[in-house]
Amino acid sequence: MCGAKEGGLSLDGVNVAKEAVIQGQVLRSGDEPVANAYVRLLDRTGEFTAEVPTSATGHFRFFAGDGEWTLRTLAPKAQPVDTRVVAATGSVAEVQVLVTA
Amino acid sequence: MSRENSLVTAQWVEDNLDTDGVVLIEVDEDTTAYDKGHIRGAIKLDWTTDLQDQVRRDFVNKEQFEALLSGRGVSNDDTVVLYGGNNNWFAAYAYWYFKLYGHEDVKLLDGGRKKWELDSRELTDELPTRAKASYTAQEQDPSIRAFRDEVVAAIGTQNLVDVRSPDEYAGRLLAPAHLPQEQAQRAGHIPTSVNVPWSKNANDDGTFKSDEELTALYDEVGFDTGKDTIALCRIGERSSLTWFVLTELLGRKNVKNYDGSWTEYGSLVGVPVALGDEPGSADGKGN
Repeated sequence: MCGAKEGGLSLDGVNVAKEAVIQGQVLRSGDEPVANAYVRLLDRTGEFTAEVPTSATGHFRFFAGDGEWTLRTLAPKAQPVDTRVVAATGSVAEVQVLVTA
Repeated sequence: MSRENSLVTAQWVEDNLDTDGVVLIEVDEDTTAYDKGHIRGAIKLDWTTDLQDQVRRDFVNKEQFEALLSGRGVSNDDTVVLYGGNNNWFAAYAYWYFKLYGHEDVKLLDGGRKKWELDSRELTDELPTRAKASYTAQEQDPSIRAFRDEVVAAIGTQNLVDVRSPDEYAGRLLAPAHLPQEQAQRAGHIPTSVNVPWSKNANDDGTFKSDEELTALYDEVGFDTGKDTIALCRIGERSSLTWFVLTELLGRKNVKNYDGSWTEYGSLVGVPVALGDEPGSADGKGN
Protein backbone atom coordinates (compact mmCIF):
# COMPACT_ATOMS: atom_id res chain seq x y z
CA MET A 1 0.00 0.00 0.00
CA CYS A 2 1.04 3.57 -0.51
CA GLY A 3 2.17 5.64 2.41
CA ALA A 4 -0.61 7.06 4.54
CA LYS A 5 -1.21 10.72 5.14
CA GLU A 6 -3.62 12.54 7.38
CA GLY A 7 -7.13 12.20 6.04
CA GLY A 8 -6.39 9.19 3.87
CA LEU A 9 -3.94 7.46 1.56
CA SER A 10 -1.66 9.47 -0.65
CA LEU A 11 -2.89 9.63 -4.24
CA ASP A 12 0.55 10.38 -5.65
CA GLY A 13 0.96 8.47 -8.91
CA VAL A 14 -2.74 7.68 -9.23
CA ASN A 15 -4.57 9.02 -12.25
CA VAL A 16 -7.75 9.87 -10.37
CA ALA A 17 -9.38 11.29 -13.49
CA LYS A 18 -9.69 7.83 -15.05
CA GLU A 19 -10.34 5.79 -11.91
CA ALA A 20 -13.23 5.38 -9.47
CA VAL A 21 -11.29 5.12 -6.22
CA ILE A 22 -12.66 3.69 -2.99
CA GLN A 23 -10.25 3.89 -0.09
CA GLY A 24 -10.22 4.22 3.64
CA GLN A 25 -9.09 2.94 6.99
CA VAL A 26 -10.19 0.17 9.36
CA LEU A 27 -10.23 1.16 13.02
CA ARG A 28 -10.98 -0.59 16.30
CA SER A 29 -12.22 1.22 19.42
CA GLY A 30 -12.61 4.41 17.48
CA ASP A 31 -9.02 5.24 16.65
CA GLU A 32 -6.82 2.10 16.71
CA PRO A 33 -5.76 1.15 13.16
CA VAL A 34 -6.36 -2.52 12.34
CA ALA A 35 -3.57 -4.07 10.28
CA ASN A 36 -4.15 -7.34 8.42
CA ALA A 37 -7.89 -7.00 8.34
CA TYR A 38 -9.49 -8.06 5.06
CA VAL A 39 -11.72 -5.69 3.14
CA ARG A 40 -13.89 -7.33 0.51
CA LEU A 41 -15.60 -5.45 -2.32
CA LEU A 42 -19.06 -6.79 -3.22
CA ASP A 43 -20.88 -5.63 -6.34
CA ARG A 44 -24.49 -4.43 -6.51
CA THR A 45 -25.72 -8.06 -6.50
CA GLY A 46 -23.59 -8.98 -3.49
CA GLU A 47 -21.04 -10.84 -5.63
CA PHE A 48 -17.40 -10.93 -4.50
CA THR A 49 -15.31 -8.70 -6.73
CA ALA A 50 -12.02 -8.14 -4.93
CA GLU A 51 -10.40 -8.31 -1.52
CA VAL A 52 -7.35 -6.62 -0.03
CA PRO A 53 -5.62 -6.78 3.35
CA THR A 54 -5.20 -3.55 5.25
CA SER A 55 -1.78 -1.98 5.62
CA ALA A 56 0.08 -1.47 8.90
CA THR A 57 -1.90 1.74 9.28
CA GLY A 58 -5.20 0.03 8.59
CA HIS A 59 -5.57 1.54 5.13
CA PHE A 60 -6.99 -0.05 1.97
CA ARG A 61 -7.78 1.00 -1.60
CA PHE A 62 -9.85 -0.22 -4.53
CA PHE A 63 -10.05 0.97 -8.12
CA ALA A 64 -13.68 0.08 -8.71
CA GLY A 65 -16.19 0.88 -11.44
CA ASP A 66 -18.95 3.47 -11.26
CA GLY A 67 -21.87 2.54 -9.07
CA GLU A 68 -22.90 1.18 -5.69
CA TRP A 69 -20.63 -1.22 -3.82
CA THR A 70 -20.48 -2.87 -0.44
CA LEU A 71 -17.31 -3.17 1.62
CA ARG A 72 -17.29 -6.27 3.85
CA THR A 73 -14.57 -6.08 6.48
CA LEU A 74 -13.23 -9.20 8.23
CA ALA A 75 -10.81 -8.75 11.12
CA PRO A 76 -9.46 -11.13 13.75
CA LYS A 77 -11.66 -11.26 16.85
CA ALA A 78 -14.24 -8.93 15.36
CA GLN A 79 -17.66 -9.14 13.80
CA PRO A 80 -17.84 -8.66 9.98
CA VAL A 81 -18.90 -5.13 9.04
CA ASP A 82 -20.72 -4.16 5.83
CA THR A 83 -20.40 -0.58 4.57
CA ARG A 84 -22.22 0.80 1.51
CA VAL A 85 -20.28 3.14 -0.77
CA VAL A 86 -20.81 4.81 -4.13
CA ALA A 87 -17.90 5.06 -6.56
CA ALA A 88 -17.62 7.44 -9.50
CA THR A 89 -14.89 7.90 -12.07
CA GLY A 90 -12.82 10.96 -11.26
CA SER A 91 -13.55 10.95 -7.56
CA VAL A 92 -12.27 9.35 -4.35
CA ALA A 93 -14.75 7.81 -1.93
CA GLU A 94 -13.15 7.91 1.53
CA VAL A 95 -14.53 5.34 3.99
CA GLN A 96 -13.87 4.71 7.67
CA VAL A 97 -14.76 1.25 8.97
CA LEU A 98 -15.14 0.61 12.69
CA VAL A 99 -14.89 -3.00 13.87
CA THR A 100 -15.95 -4.33 17.25
CA ALA A 101 -15.66 -7.66 19.03
CA MET B 1 -5.74 -36.42 -6.80
CA SER B 2 -7.91 -35.62 -3.84
CA ARG B 3 -8.32 -33.10 -1.08
CA GLU B 4 -6.16 -35.27 1.21
CA ASN B 5 -3.29 -35.30 -1.30
CA SER B 6 -3.32 -31.68 -2.36
CA LEU B 7 -4.44 -29.64 0.66
CA VAL B 8 -3.20 -29.24 4.21
CA THR B 9 -4.85 -27.39 7.06
CA ALA B 10 -3.37 -24.52 9.02
CA GLN B 11 -3.13 -26.85 12.01
CA TRP B 12 -1.19 -29.39 9.94
CA VAL B 13 1.25 -26.66 8.97
CA GLU B 14 1.66 -25.56 12.56
CA ASP B 15 2.27 -29.15 13.60
CA ASN B 16 4.90 -29.63 10.86
CA LEU B 17 6.89 -26.41 11.09
CA ASP B 18 9.98 -28.35 12.08
CA THR B 19 9.43 -31.48 10.00
CA ASP B 20 12.37 -32.35 7.76
CA GLY B 21 11.49 -32.40 4.09
CA VAL B 22 8.54 -30.02 4.43
CA VAL B 23 9.23 -26.69 2.74
CA LEU B 24 6.81 -23.82 3.23
CA ILE B 25 6.74 -21.28 0.41
CA GLU B 26 4.81 -18.01 0.47
CA VAL B 27 3.71 -16.44 -2.84
CA ASP B 28 1.66 -13.25 -2.64
CA GLU B 29 0.06 -10.84 -5.04
CA ASP B 30 1.44 -8.11 -2.78
CA THR B 31 5.07 -9.13 -3.08
CA THR B 32 6.00 -7.23 0.09
CA ALA B 33 3.58 -9.14 2.32
CA TYR B 34 6.14 -11.82 3.21
CA ASP B 35 8.64 -9.19 4.31
CA LYS B 36 6.18 -7.80 6.86
CA GLY B 37 5.71 -11.22 8.45
CA HIS B 38 5.44 -14.84 7.38
CA ILE B 39 5.01 -18.32 8.79
CA ARG B 40 8.16 -19.42 10.58
CA GLY B 41 10.57 -21.19 8.26
CA ALA B 42 8.75 -20.20 5.07
CA ILE B 43 10.75 -19.02 2.09
CA LYS B 44 9.47 -16.49 -0.43
CA LEU B 45 8.85 -16.65 -4.14
CA ASP B 46 8.11 -13.39 -5.94
CA TRP B 47 5.74 -14.13 -8.81
CA THR B 48 6.82 -11.02 -10.71
CA THR B 49 10.56 -11.61 -10.62
CA ASP B 50 11.04 -15.29 -9.74
CA LEU B 51 8.30 -16.91 -11.81
CA GLN B 52 8.14 -14.57 -14.82
CA ASP B 53 10.83 -14.12 -17.43
CA GLN B 54 11.92 -10.49 -17.15
CA VAL B 55 12.19 -10.00 -20.91
CA ARG B 56 9.57 -12.20 -22.59
CA ARG B 57 5.94 -12.27 -21.46
CA ASP B 58 6.27 -15.87 -20.38
CA PHE B 59 7.33 -18.14 -17.58
CA VAL B 60 10.88 -18.78 -16.55
CA ASN B 61 12.10 -21.78 -18.50
CA LYS B 62 13.14 -25.16 -17.16
CA GLU B 63 16.74 -24.14 -16.51
CA GLN B 64 15.68 -20.92 -14.79
CA PHE B 65 13.20 -22.84 -12.62
CA GLU B 66 15.89 -25.33 -11.67
CA ALA B 67 18.26 -22.53 -10.74
CA LEU B 68 15.56 -20.77 -8.74
CA LEU B 69 14.64 -23.76 -6.61
CA SER B 70 18.22 -24.94 -6.23
CA GLY B 71 19.21 -21.50 -4.97
CA ARG B 72 16.34 -21.43 -2.47
CA GLY B 73 17.25 -24.86 -1.14
CA VAL B 74 14.29 -26.83 -2.49
CA SER B 75 14.90 -30.46 -3.43
CA ASN B 76 12.96 -32.74 -5.74
CA ASP B 77 11.85 -34.99 -2.89
CA ASP B 78 10.66 -32.17 -0.61
CA THR B 79 7.00 -31.77 0.27
CA VAL B 80 6.31 -28.24 -0.93
CA VAL B 81 3.47 -26.44 0.88
CA LEU B 82 2.41 -23.22 -0.81
CA TYR B 83 0.39 -20.44 0.74
CA GLY B 84 -0.29 -16.78 0.06
CA GLY B 85 -2.62 -13.84 0.21
CA ASN B 86 -5.81 -13.17 -1.71
CA ASN B 87 -7.15 -16.63 -0.95
CA ASN B 88 -4.08 -18.29 -2.41
CA TRP B 89 -4.33 -16.63 -5.86
CA PHE B 90 -0.62 -16.73 -6.57
CA ALA B 91 0.03 -19.71 -4.32
CA ALA B 92 -2.31 -21.64 -6.63
CA TYR B 93 -0.47 -20.18 -9.60
CA ALA B 94 2.80 -21.44 -8.10
CA TYR B 95 1.18 -24.83 -7.37
CA TRP B 96 0.21 -25.14 -11.04
CA TYR B 97 3.74 -24.02 -11.93
CA PHE B 98 5.28 -26.76 -9.78
CA LYS B 99 2.99 -29.29 -11.46
CA LEU B 100 3.89 -27.88 -14.87
CA TYR B 101 7.52 -28.66 -14.15
CA GLY B 102 6.75 -32.06 -12.67
CA HIS B 103 7.21 -31.63 -8.91
CA GLU B 104 5.77 -34.74 -7.26
CA ASP B 105 4.69 -33.61 -3.82
CA VAL B 106 3.12 -30.17 -3.66
CA LYS B 107 0.20 -28.96 -1.55
CA LEU B 108 -1.74 -25.80 -0.76
CA LEU B 109 -2.39 -24.49 2.73
CA ASP B 110 -6.20 -24.39 2.78
CA GLY B 111 -7.21 -20.75 3.27
CA GLY B 112 -3.70 -19.46 2.76
CA ARG B 113 -2.34 -16.50 4.61
CA LYS B 114 -5.78 -15.13 5.39
CA LYS B 115 -6.87 -18.24 7.28
CA TRP B 116 -3.57 -18.23 9.17
CA GLU B 117 -4.04 -14.58 10.13
CA LEU B 118 -7.72 -14.88 11.00
CA ASP B 119 -6.73 -17.74 13.33
CA SER B 120 -4.25 -15.30 14.95
CA ARG B 121 -1.42 -17.79 14.39
CA GLU B 122 2.17 -16.62 14.71
CA LEU B 123 3.98 -14.70 11.98
CA THR B 124 7.65 -13.78 12.10
CA ASP B 125 10.03 -11.52 10.20
CA GLU B 126 12.96 -13.87 10.85
CA LEU B 127 14.40 -15.12 7.57
CA PRO B 128 15.14 -18.86 7.32
CA THR B 129 18.45 -20.18 6.04
CA ARG B 130 18.47 -23.20 3.75
CA ALA B 131 21.44 -24.92 2.17
CA LYS B 132 21.51 -24.79 -1.61
CA ALA B 133 20.08 -27.84 -3.34
CA SER B 134 20.31 -29.43 -6.77
CA TYR B 135 16.86 -29.32 -8.30
CA THR B 136 16.00 -31.04 -11.57
CA ALA B 137 12.77 -30.02 -13.31
CA GLN B 138 10.84 -32.00 -15.91
CA GLU B 139 9.92 -30.57 -19.29
CA GLN B 140 6.72 -28.49 -19.16
CA ASP B 141 3.60 -30.64 -19.09
CA PRO B 142 1.52 -29.46 -22.08
CA SER B 143 -1.55 -31.29 -20.81
CA ILE B 144 -2.25 -28.59 -18.22
CA ARG B 145 -1.32 -25.42 -20.14
CA ALA B 146 -3.45 -23.84 -22.90
CA PHE B 147 -2.21 -21.48 -25.61
CA ARG B 148 -4.16 -18.90 -27.56
CA ASP B 149 -4.76 -20.88 -30.75
CA GLU B 150 -6.35 -23.78 -28.92
CA VAL B 151 -8.42 -21.33 -26.90
CA VAL B 152 -9.83 -19.81 -30.10
CA ALA B 153 -10.48 -23.32 -31.41
CA ALA B 154 -12.27 -24.20 -28.16
CA ILE B 155 -15.01 -21.61 -28.68
CA GLY B 156 -18.28 -23.48 -28.80
CA THR B 157 -16.63 -26.88 -28.47
CA GLN B 158 -15.00 -27.07 -25.01
CA ASN B 159 -15.87 -25.93 -21.50
CA LEU B 160 -14.43 -22.42 -21.33
CA VAL B 161 -14.55 -21.21 -17.73
CA ASP B 162 -13.87 -17.52 -17.20
CA VAL B 163 -13.19 -17.09 -13.49
CA ARG B 164 -12.97 -13.30 -13.32
CA SER B 165 -15.51 -11.20 -11.42
CA PRO B 166 -18.87 -10.65 -13.14
CA ASP B 167 -17.99 -7.03 -13.93
CA GLU B 168 -14.74 -8.04 -15.64
CA TYR B 169 -16.52 -10.81 -17.56
CA ALA B 170 -19.22 -8.43 -18.76
CA GLY B 171 -16.68 -5.83 -19.81
CA ARG B 172 -17.58 -3.27 -17.17
CA LEU B 173 -14.08 -3.53 -15.64
CA LEU B 174 -10.76 -4.36 -17.30
CA ALA B 175 -8.98 -5.57 -14.17
CA PRO B 176 -9.82 -6.73 -10.65
CA ALA B 177 -11.48 -3.91 -8.78
CA HIS B 178 -8.58 -3.34 -6.42
CA LEU B 179 -6.14 -2.72 -9.28
CA PRO B 180 -5.83 0.21 -11.73
CA GLN B 181 -8.05 -0.37 -14.76
CA GLU B 182 -5.46 -1.07 -17.41
CA GLN B 183 -4.03 -4.01 -19.39
CA ALA B 184 -5.98 -5.56 -22.30
CA GLN B 185 -6.97 -3.45 -25.29
CA ARG B 186 -10.59 -4.58 -25.17
CA ALA B 187 -13.02 -5.53 -22.40
CA GLY B 188 -15.38 -8.48 -22.45
CA HIS B 189 -15.08 -12.26 -22.61
CA ILE B 190 -14.54 -15.15 -25.00
CA PRO B 191 -17.85 -16.13 -26.62
CA THR B 192 -19.38 -19.29 -25.11
CA SER B 193 -17.24 -19.03 -21.98
CA VAL B 194 -19.24 -19.29 -18.78
CA ASN B 195 -18.57 -17.08 -15.79
CA VAL B 196 -17.79 -18.93 -12.58
CA PRO B 197 -15.93 -16.38 -10.45
CA TRP B 198 -13.04 -18.01 -8.63
CA SER B 199 -14.39 -16.60 -5.37
CA LYS B 200 -17.32 -19.00 -5.50
CA ASN B 201 -14.84 -21.83 -4.78
CA ALA B 202 -13.95 -20.41 -1.39
CA ASN B 203 -15.55 -19.81 1.97
CA ASP B 204 -15.24 -16.39 3.61
CA ASP B 205 -12.11 -17.47 5.47
CA GLY B 206 -10.43 -18.49 2.21
CA THR B 207 -10.75 -22.26 2.71
CA PHE B 208 -12.21 -24.28 -0.14
CA LYS B 209 -15.86 -25.27 -0.12
CA SER B 210 -16.79 -28.93 0.19
CA ASP B 211 -16.55 -31.27 -2.79
CA GLU B 212 -20.36 -31.42 -2.89
CA GLU B 213 -20.68 -27.63 -2.99
CA LEU B 214 -17.98 -27.36 -5.66
CA THR B 215 -19.59 -30.05 -7.80
CA ALA B 216 -22.92 -28.24 -7.61
CA LEU B 217 -21.25 -24.97 -8.55
CA TYR B 218 -20.03 -26.33 -11.89
CA ASP B 219 -23.15 -28.39 -12.53
CA GLU B 220 -25.20 -25.18 -12.25
CA VAL B 221 -23.49 -23.63 -15.27
CA GLY B 222 -23.83 -26.72 -17.43
CA PHE B 223 -20.23 -27.88 -17.12
CA ASP B 224 -19.99 -30.87 -19.49
CA THR B 225 -17.76 -33.54 -17.94
CA GLY B 226 -17.46 -35.19 -21.35
CA LYS B 227 -15.60 -32.21 -22.79
CA ASP B 228 -12.12 -30.85 -22.25
CA THR B 229 -11.90 -27.66 -20.21
CA ILE B 230 -9.89 -24.45 -20.32
CA ALA B 231 -9.91 -22.01 -17.42
CA LEU B 232 -8.89 -18.39 -17.80
CA CYS B 233 -8.92 -15.07 -15.95
CA ARG B 234 -6.83 -11.96 -16.57
CA ILE B 235 -3.25 -13.18 -16.17
CA GLY B 236 -3.70 -16.81 -15.19
CA GLU B 237 -3.47 -16.77 -11.42
CA ARG B 238 -7.14 -16.86 -10.43
CA SER B 239 -7.70 -19.50 -13.10
CA SER B 240 -4.87 -21.53 -11.54
CA LEU B 241 -7.03 -21.69 -8.44
CA THR B 242 -10.00 -22.90 -10.49
CA TRP B 243 -7.73 -25.37 -12.29
CA PHE B 244 -6.70 -26.62 -8.83
CA VAL B 245 -10.34 -27.07 -7.81
CA LEU B 246 -11.37 -28.87 -10.99
CA THR B 247 -8.28 -31.06 -11.29
CA GLU B 248 -6.99 -31.65 -7.78
CA LEU B 249 -10.16 -31.47 -5.70
CA LEU B 250 -12.84 -32.70 -8.10
CA GLY B 251 -10.63 -34.99 -10.18
CA ARG B 252 -11.84 -33.66 -13.54
CA LYS B 253 -9.76 -34.81 -16.50
CA ASN B 254 -8.24 -32.74 -19.31
CA VAL B 255 -8.37 -29.34 -17.65
CA LYS B 256 -5.92 -26.68 -18.83
CA ASN B 257 -5.05 -23.26 -17.49
CA TYR B 258 -4.78 -20.47 -20.08
CA ASP B 259 -2.12 -18.27 -18.50
CA GLY B 260 -2.22 -15.80 -21.40
CA SER B 261 -5.82 -15.22 -20.32
CA TRP B 262 -7.62 -11.97 -20.99
CA THR B 263 -4.49 -9.81 -21.18
CA GLU B 264 -3.54 -11.80 -24.26
CA TYR B 265 -6.95 -12.64 -25.73
CA GLY B 266 -8.31 -9.12 -25.18
CA SER B 267 -5.40 -7.67 -27.13
CA LEU B 268 -5.60 -10.02 -30.13
CA VAL B 269 -6.75 -8.65 -33.48
CA GLY B 270 -9.63 -10.39 -35.20
CA VAL B 271 -10.87 -12.77 -32.51
CA PRO B 272 -14.51 -12.72 -31.40
CA VAL B 273 -15.41 -10.93 -28.17
CA ALA B 274 -18.69 -10.97 -26.25
CA LEU B 275 -19.94 -8.16 -24.00
CA GLY B 276 -22.49 -8.33 -21.22
CA ASP B 277 -23.49 -10.97 -18.73
CA GLU B 278 -24.40 -13.74 -21.20
CA PRO B 279 -21.86 -16.16 -22.74
CA GLY B 280 -22.63 -15.15 -26.33
CA SER B 281 -22.66 -17.32 -29.42
CA ALA B 282 -19.91 -19.31 -31.08
CA ASP B 283 -20.07 -17.15 -34.23
CA GLY B 284 -19.20 -14.11 -32.14
CA LYS B 285 -22.34 -12.26 -33.24
CA GLY B 286 -25.30 -10.99 -31.33
CA ASN B 287 -23.52 -9.19 -28.52
